[in-house]
Amino acid sequence: MDELTIARSLFGSSLAFHIIFATLGVGLPFMILISEIIYQVTGDRDYTLMAKRWTKAQAILLGVAIPSGTIVGVQLSLLWPRFMEVVGEVIALPFQIELFAFFIEALFMSIYVYAADRLSPVSRIASVFLVALGGGASAVLITSANAWMNTPTGFETSDGQITNVQPMQAFFNPSFPSAALHVLVSAWMTGAFVIAGLAAWRLLRRKQGYREVRYHQKALMMSLAVGGIMSLATAWNGHAAGQVLYEYQPEKLAAAEGHFETQAYAPLALGGVVDLEKGELVGAIKIPWMLSFLADNRFDAVVKGLNDFPRENWPPFYVHTLFNLMVGIGTLLMILSLVSWIIKWRRRHREALPRWLLWILSSTGILSMLAIEFGWIFTCSGRQPWTVYHYQRTAESVTRATGLGLWFVLFISLYILLFIGTILVMRSYFKRHPLQDEWKQIQAHPTERRW
Amino acid sequence: MNDPLLAISLVWLFVFIYAILGSVDFGAGFWSMFYTRKRDTQAGSIANRFLSPTWEVTNVFLVLLVVSLVGFFPAAIYTFGMALLIPGSLVLILLTIRSAFMVFHYSVQRFRDTLDLVSGVTGVLIPALLVSILPILAGGFIDPDTHMLQVGKLFTSPVTYAYLAFGLASELFLSATFLADYSREADDESTYQVFRKHAVRLGPFTLLTAVLTTLLMGQEAVWLREHLLDQRLWFILSSLCFFIGYLSLFWRPRDGNKARGIPRLAFTLFIAQYALASFAYGRAHLPYLVYPYLTVEGSITNPEMLRYLLISFMIGMAILVPGFYYFWRLFLKDKRYLHQQ
Repeated sequence: MDELTIARSLFGSSLAFHIIFATLGVGLPFMILISEIIYQVTGDRDYTLMAKRWTKAQAILLGVAIPSGTIVGVQLSLLWPRFMEVVGEVIALPFQIELFAFFIEALFMSIYVYAADRLSPVSRIASVFLVALGGGASAVLITSANAWMNTPTGFETSDGQITNVQPMQAFFNPSFPSAALHVLVSAWMTGAFVIAGLAAWRLLRRKQGYREVRYHQKALMMSLAVGGIMSLATAWNGHAAGQVLYEYQPEKLAAAEGHFETQAYAPLALGGVVDLEKGELVGAIKIPWMLSFLADNRFDAVVKGLNDFPRENWPPFYVHTLFNLMVGIGTLLMILSLVSWIIKWRRRHREALPRWLLWILSSTGILSMLAIEFGWIFTCSGRQPWTVYHYQRTAESVTRATGLGLWFVLFISLYILLFIGTILVMRSYFKRHPLQDEWKQIQAHPTERRW
Repeated sequence: MNDPLLAISLVWLFVFIYAILGSVDFGAGFWSMFYTRKRDTQAGSIANRFLSPTWEVTNVFLVLLVVSLVGFFPAAIYTFGMALLIPGSLVLILLTIRSAFMVFHYSVQRFRDTLDLVSGVTGVLIPALLVSILPILAGGFIDPDTHMLQVGKLFTSPVTYAYLAFGLASELFLSATFLADYSREADDESTYQVFRKHAVRLGPFTLLTAVLTTLLMGQEAVWLREHLLDQRLWFILSSLCFFIGYLSLFWRPRDGNKARGIPRLAFTLFIAQYALASFAYGRAHLPYLVYPYLTVEGSITNPEMLRYLLISFMIGMAILVPGFYYFWRLFLKDKRYLHQQ
């Protein structure tokens, strides 16, 4: 492997690892906030218990999220110094502001975790709200920088020098609104489905008390409701994101669709593999006229094909598969939540969802996380060969330092170690703090103030 | 003050804040390991009690430092990135292991010994790596052709070790003084005595290593030593702070039941001592960011971006200061937290 490939693999792995924890860092506090609010409305203690247990999980995840975020932040400068020069000149603002969001998240997470017993219910909910706000704002701000890489605006170039910088124009670049919303709602969706998946998995256990079944049932239905709504929002907003591609990054849209010939009434391709020899997509199901319609709300919209672009600017073709997988999972999750709620509604008097459905639902957490990963790999690989679209190539932005292979091995080992560590610690914590113990504690202190 | 000077002053401020917070944070990790086997004192657990909620916040300052450097001095990133790839990556790995273990330990109350070992060892290694950046920036260790760090030369040069000795002595000295003050705040006089003793022993050593570093500096960076000597006045003021602070460790407090020393005053003066000295070091380092490749003037970002960055800093700080205050009250002031067993 050449150094560029190693640098890309190393940084890609760092991001792929961090994104798991970052996504949950946005999604879980949102779920915690919702269950704290549901408790305030219903007075059902099970919901505070959920909030409490998810907070413990979140605190463990944050122990990995913060350092892995630090790695990504510093590695950007270490591996892509030429890119960061441009960032500093044009798009430094969201990075800077993101830091304050990060501060708020870290401060109030510490407060929520280490001082929860000394806080009033109002301060407790305020703290978790600020954690959710900080996490969400971080995601939106970082997405602004990423969106700018796809649709760079707010600067001009003359003789290779950057001039006339407009920081606000760079910040609010064309793909920022749709991309930021996409990241936010898909993170809320993933937080919900990870909980739904775990709750469904718990419900599959045969030997457990009525109270535990009820508890997991509540968690499952609540997270399916949130997840269903958010997956709908993600899909609707993904459509807007696609239209931004049509307008600003036609190569990426063409690669995502395996679309070679420029044409009106273009079909939407599902599945299939690109055959580079023939220059076409093989084995795909094509829905006539659909791509044109999705791209510009008109069937006669002309969608540019890859043949119109110089070959050295073509993105890699696996992005078509990634794109399909991402959309496919999103659609599946949407249908699953809907089906579950319909079944639940029709079986009002019986408690549990059927076991076959629980089996399927137990995979939703992993599926939604995979969709997040596919989505990020799609958007970053689909931008290739550019780091900053039509301005800086990835090969130009990489460090000239050699010997990156060693770091690749070290960091990958670190990520594996942390991943295993996180799972072990989670298991150990929840094994030593079973639900029954928590209920005993609640019985000992039955009054919990509401506001 | 012109723009580059304003920007570098802000970066200096972040370096300084992180140096102090980092010293206390990493030093607490070291002391916690040092006292882990000696169950008869509370020293280890006092250090840990401080560490649990604060490391996340300290860590953010490190990122703040990197981000503000990228924002203010984008043209410097290439040189920094090339030169600091190795120490930077090592710091990242160690920092990650340390943070993860802190949280893992807090969550499951297991691996106590492993945690103490990890946070103790990284509590020495991370500051050492960070301090080694100073001689790199002062020049002589970057290959002029490839711009890569000459690791072998860096770690065989006596001046590097002088920097390291000074850095580590300062870290342990500052954290011992801080923990002495923290123990007094927790009304734990016996632990106070333990940390006071360390502060008293380490104090003169920090001064000695500082002088040694300046002497050895001439090998690689004569320019910096000459500039430093021009800043005599600042260093004299800094030493004055040290002497008064050091003396205050021997004064009797008003409350006759307490042991010798006024740690709050001492710690405040020591911070002033380091602020003055590092300010002087920073001034002497001008106009270079990285000698002789980068100057402050030559690396500054465009005025438009600078304006926006400064505005966002002011707004951000205005929002954060109440948060910091609340945090400080909960963990450094609240007797319910300080007195728990």
